[in-house]
Amino acid sequence: MSWVTTSNHQTFQTIKPLKPIKPSNHQTTSFYSILNKMNFSGQNGAKGHSVDVVTPTLPKHEGLAAHELHPSFDEHHVLHELKHYLPAQSALKDFIHHNSLHAYQHLKFYKAIFKASKIFGYQVTLQLQEFRQLYRNGRIRETVLDRVISERKGVDQLAVWKENLLHKPYDASNTPRIGALRSHWKSQFKIDLDSQVQPLLFRILCSYLDQGISLWQFPTDEKGFLSAIQTLERNGFTSFFKTKRARNLLLEGNCTISDLLKMVVGNEAYYEQYLFDQQFSHQGWSGIVSAVEDSPQALLDSKVISLHDLIVFELLLEIDALDACLGKGWEPLCNRVTAPPQNLFADVESTELQEVFSLWQDAFEWDYYDSVLAGLGKSNKRSPQARTAISFQAVFCIDERECSLRRHIEHVDTECETLGAPGFFGVEFFFQPENGKFYEKLCPAPVTPKYLIKEFGASEKRKHELLYTNKTHTLLSGFLSTLTLGFWAAVRTFLTLFRPKMSPAISNAFAHMNEKAQLSIENKGLHDRENDLQIGFTVEEMTARVEGQLRGMGLIKGFAPIIYIIAHGSSSANNPHHGAHDCGACSGRPGSVNARVFAHMANHVKVRALLLTKGIDIPVETQFVGGLHDTAADEIGYFDQGFLTAKNAALHLKNKAAFEKALDLNAKERSRRFASISSKMSIGKIRKAIKDRSVSLFEPRPELGHGTNTLCIVGRRDMTKGLFLDRRAFLNSYDYRTDLEGKLLPGIMRPLGPVCGGINLEYYFSRVDNYKLGAGTKLPHNVMGLFGVANSSDGDLRPGLPVQMIEVHDPVRLLIVVEHFPDVVLKTIQSSPEMYEWFINEWVHLVAVDPATNQFFYFKEGAFLPYHPLTRDIAPVQDFHTLIETATEMETNQIVDATAENLPVMMVNR
Amino acid sequence: MSDITLGHPSSLIPHQLKRKSILNRSTLMSQILQFFILIPVVGFLAGLFVPRKKERILSGISIATIGLQTLGILTFIVWWLMNRAPTLDIKHIVLYKSPEFEFFIDFYFDSITAVFALVGAVLTFLVAVFSRYYMHRELGFKRYFITLLLFYIGYNLVIFAGNFETLFVGWEMLGISSFLLIGFYRDRYLPVKNALKVLSFYRLGDICLILAMWMSHHLWHKNITFAEWNQSDVVLEAFQGHYLQAMFIVVMILIAAAIKSAQLPFSTWLPRAMEGPTTSSAIFYGSLSVHIGAFLLLRTYPFWQHEMVISGIIIAIGLSTSLVAATIARVQSSVKTQIAYASIAQIGLIFIEIALGWHGLALLHFAGNAFLRTYQLLVSPSVLSYLVHDMFFNFSPRTTQVPDTLFQKIKQAVYVLSVKEWNFDYLLHRFLWRPFKWIGRKSGIMGPRWGLASLLVLFIVGATGFSLKENLHFEFHQYLTLLFSSLALAMVLKAFAEREDAKHAWLTALLSQFFSALSLLWNKDIEWHQTGIYLSGTVVAAIVGYICLHKIESKEGEISLNEYHGHSYEHPGIGLVFLLAALGFSGFPITPTFLGIDLMFTHISANQIVLVVLTALNFLFLELTILRIYSRVFLGQHKKMYHPVAFKSS
Repeated sequence: MSWVTTSNHQTFQTIKPLKPIKPSNHQTTSFYSILNKMNFSGQNGAKGHSVDVVTPTLPKHEGLAAHELHPSFDEHHVLHELKHYLPAQSALKDFIHHNSLHAYQHLKFYKAIFKASKIFGYQVTLQLQEFRQLYRNGRIRETVLDRVISERKGVDQLAVWKENLLHKPYDASNTPRIGALRSHWKSQFKIDLDSQVQPLLFRILCSYLDQGISLWQFPTDEKGFLSAIQTLERNGFTSFFKTKRARNLLLEGNCTISDLLKMVVGNEAYYEQYLFDQQFSHQGWSGIVSAVEDSPQALLDSKVISLHDLIVFELLLEIDALDACLGKGWEPLCNRVTAPPQNLFADVESTELQEVFSLWQDAFEWDYYDSVLAGLGKSNKRSPQARTAISFQAVFCIDERECSLRRHIEHVDTECETLGAPGFFGVEFFFQPENGKFYEKLCPAPVTPKYLIKEFGASEKRKHELLYTNKTHTLLSGFLSTLTLGFWAAVRTFLTLFRPKMSPAISNAFAHMNEKAQLSIENKGLHDRENDLQIGFTVEEMTARVEGQLRGMGLIKGFAPIIYIIAHGSSSANNPHHGAHDCGACSGRPGSVNARVFAHMANHVKVRALLLTKGIDIPVETQFVGGLHDTAADEIGYFDQGFLTAKNAALHLKNKAAFEKALDLNAKERSRRFASISSKMSIGKIRKAIKDRSVSLFEPRPELGHGTNTLCIVGRRDMTKGLFLDRRAFLNSYDYRTDLEGKLLPGIMRPLGPVCGGINLEYYFSRVDNYKLGAGTKLPHNVMGLFGVANSSDGDLRPGLPVQMIEVHDPVRLLIVVEHFPDVVLKTIQSSPEMYEWFINEWVHLVAVDPATNQFFYFKEGAFLPYHPLTRDIAPVQDFHTLIETATEMETNQIVDATAENLPVMMVNR
Repeated sequence: MSDITLGHPSSLIPHQLKRKSILNRSTLMSQILQFFILIPVVGFLAGLFVPRKKERILSGISIATIGLQTLGILTFIVWWLMNRAPTLDIKHIVLYKSPEFEFFIDFYFDSITAVFALVGAVLTFLVAVFSRYYMHRELGFKRYFITLLLFYIGYNLVIFAGNFETLFVGWEMLGISSFLLIGFYRDRYLPVKNALKVLSFYRLGDICLILAMWMSHHLWHKNITFAEWNQSDVVLEAFQGHYLQAMFIVVMILIAAAIKSAQLPFSTWLPRAMEGPTTSSAIFYGSLSVHIGAFLLLRTYPFWQHEMVISGIIIAIGLSTSLVAATIARVQSSVKTQIAYASIAQIGLIFIEIALGWHGLALLHFAGNAFLRTYQLLVSPSVLSYLVHDMFFNFSPRTTQVPDTLFQKIKQAVYVLSVKEWNFDYLLHRFLWRPFKWIGRKSGIMGPRWGLASLLVLFIVGATGFSLKENLHFEFHQYLTLLFSSLALAMVLKAFAEREDAKHAWLTALLSQFFSALSLLWNKDIEWHQTGIYLSGTVVAAIVGYICLHKIESKEGEISLNEYHGHSYEHPGIGLVFLLAALGFSGFPITPTFLGIDLMFTHISANQIVLVVLTALNFLFLELTILRIYSRVFLGQHKKMYHPVAFKSS
């Protein structure tokens, strides 16, 4: 079956119901997919391509041409370039993982990261002594290192390069190109322009974008940021400026960026460099402005702002500060600069040190991959168990946190079967909770659904937390509340510490949808629409989705009496980054609605009938049950259990008990990494401690999120069932036997780059440079305007992941292993340039397992080459409980100590 | 021992007997007070010896210490209440004694102390437990808990203090622990910058306290205890006999209190202090530290209660602060800043309550505000999901208002003003700090080499000429005193504004202290050993500090003060030694210098306003200079970028 549609839609997370959705050209995606009917493009909205293109042409970043220096200043071009390189993270409520260095994705991985490092001063790999220490600790094996060096440098060069890697001293200090021009304000004019301008600029920006912290909002009209400031200034009683000139320039309203740069910088040849210096001196704020400009709906209370406005205002503030400090007659910056203008993006010279880093990185990655492949080889040789009866099937998200739960449930009930699919289960829609004023997108971020699911019939209002009300911040009600609520606060602090429990202020995965409410899943006709969205799905649309999902997983026969569709979400307290722990395939939200919707569709009598005509015969007794796994609290809730037949209800009761046992084991396995929980405690106590973490305000690590993710395995569960993968693998079910020509494979592989690769690379970069590419430690974070965090009242926004999320992560790229014939896999990845870019530029690794021979083929430079693992022995897990209980606590959260407990691949005794 | 409030005699027991037993019990109670200082000190000292990776032991010691203290205070208060809540006062340790001057530690306990001690103990205990998990694996875990205990010692010293001297020791500890916790993330620029900024405010408050102490020495010719102020004749006499001097004392206390409690025009430091871990911000700037100003007013209330002018000023400060801060709080768009201003506004009200004599209400208000703001800060990260959720269900798009009416225009003007925090930061910088920086830069002529050399010569001449002191005219003494004192201040300011060599700045600061001592030697009949007490700590600390700087320079090359070097990344040991040296140098109570400072001031007469101002400014800028050198050399972004280094703006 093929199902093609093309339409252009803007990507957005939430929209106001009152406003019609306007199509925009900014992020154009061509919708083509056999399976998911959706296209996953990179973050930058590369142009759509037809699937027929067999020889892919990589999407060319327009900036490539710009890498020659522009002598004349082209404002439009420079703004475009700036937006391309600025961090793309939007408001924190919709946390969408993405490659932190997405701007360089058109380059090969190493070239890209070293270039980014030279331009912006990022650390892009581990430090040299860290690699060396990992080697000494045996986490990088000598055999692997030797092979990596020999393959890349030749066997005769092995000794030389090994010496370089292990012992040669290098000066690893890095002076970035960014900021060099603007530093002349300090050296030549003795003025710290950043300190003069930034605190006020950030404050005004934050006030303007604020979503609901301030009690008194920024007085604004619909015309945008600059216009709002003009209105305030025109008022005349007070001003943001200290001096008159800058204010007058603003009020006259016809100052262009060029005009202002002429005053500040002077020489046109330096304009571009200056703007990059300026905007990257606060890349967090500039990034959010750029993100909000592209999709104002990213904020619930949408705001009109543009990078252009920000630059104009910042230049005016600079003029103001210079006037105030230097008096009227100061010269433009470039009158005192002798160095020629620098092309920030000029090619970066390759150095021996870069080679050393890339060799170490390769060795670090292959040390793990090699044992994984060796393990897969061994595991695959075991004959798959012939199942007589399947007790139940459970479909989980591909999320690597479900990897261990699947292992445990299979252990508890050996008759069951587990499968993995992206956690929106192939149903893409906006969701409107009852009484909600907005829609929430519940599918991967790059997809724009045309459907709306509404919740109705069981309104349950969230209780208020009096202590959170901002009335306590005013004078008189503040006075009354300090005298009353103040003492209640003391009691609450006490309870928080000694009796943590769920409260309205804690983000509760199970509260995302009211399980007692009904959902408008089925469309009632042509007029059943709202704001250009179709409410619910027609029977045909449901059938297409159910069929696509089942075929993708290879689940087209052998249906068990109950098939669980288990979504996941995460409860956590005091955590602005809570969205990063929810389901990435649901735009950073719990996937409960998707699970419930899918189960409903698959249970639909008419859908079953249509499926039958398409060759999928689901027995009448088979019933689908939706559920939600809270990955922090390790609990599972089930939806719509009431409709189960009496027979199935009995089975369900039994299965639930099995799930509970699996959750026990899962909690125990997770407790291995938590210093505050002893894995030797009784299961009951561990479960309690794990649950408490998710509701404890003092716990900055409710769970460890995607930390340690490294693998993505696309294939039958039998490939991996014998392996202990330590919660490091995204597991996507796919059965090549049902898809020999690989027609379904593009639909399955397309999301892997943006979703799994995006998660992996965000963790990678946040780990290697938590200061510049990560958010630093959570503890001093201050919530800004409800859309971001900064370190203090005057600081820059901190995109990326906080240290508490990444400390156990091994910064290695994702290895995708696909079980299919190499030529089919090659054809698949070449079917779309955006997908191909991830592989050919080595942002993820790819290995195909030839199902006929069980041989491994590694994708390199456009072709698949055979790969033979070096690893001979894979240690067995002698005893699960011993393995978990013998884990040692990390000494520090420095990389070498913190990742020492990342376990190698082991064999599970079956 | 004085003024013990007594209960009414019971009818059953003979009057005298009861009185005596209460007296005895009061003595016993007074004896116990010292333990409330001792317990945290023991915890602090024990913590120092625990290796930094032993999180459980480190946090355990803090929790046990503060837990014990909480129980102790609770039990004590119950016992104290059962004995009809007498006011206790006890003179403990005499640190220095000469015929005209006595420096002693004195403890005091009344209902004000009781409330502050209880609230402080409970909050610190809760925050310590919270931090045990929250701070897990944070770099600087030990530093955090040690500094928390140091803070707690300081807090207790302040609230149990029976005289200014004791209070001042605690006050200094609060200041330094604030500096250390604001700059907790020492490898970033903003925390370090803001730590210094807050310190500069605090130091201004310290100097005001020193001046208040100085004047009170002259007024009463002894270290007055707070208990003595309860005797109305002492106060009455002071105000009747020496109105201006008494007023001076009160005004100084008032400024110190306003600074510490972030009242106008000093409010802007509070939001900038929220740089450390949320837990430390919660306890320091949400609750305890920021209420110390109110405590100071409560404690000194008996002294100024009858002066309508003072009450009026306090009410004016409190009222204007609460109005302005509440307005600023309305426009704040970041959570912690909003809580900071909301707290300031309530403290403004507390000031008013104190001035009006409603102390019960003030204490209740203090406790409520402290608990509420601590909680709000601790849970401030949750606000994001809580309020976004709220918006999701309750949002209504607002209507745009065109500012056509005058009222609307004024409203908008106030909005802009409030976003800019009423320009207080800018104004203070411009009119308070910038003139001193200007003088410092102009003092550049005194250096680097010839200037220093000629100063040395001048010093030697001054010191040797001292033997001729007897032969010279008294007026000449005075000129020399002022000359040396001005030179000392100019030198400190020069060191303060120094951008080049750290070692040079350090030496200049040291030399200024010699000049300062010299000026006082010429001033009056000061004894050599008293100067010795002052200089002993300074010189030793300065030498140790100089060696540290020298070591760093020989390892890392030039250390200019034009930028931050962040050398504590590679040399944390040297950094720690240097910090201790810097504290000793600037008169922190770890060397005899802190006593010396008090001694030196005693030798300035009540009418030598110029000299006292010069000397006070000298001490103000000395500490700022010294800690500025520490910050620039050891803190901030590390200069060597072979490892991840933070952006300056973060």
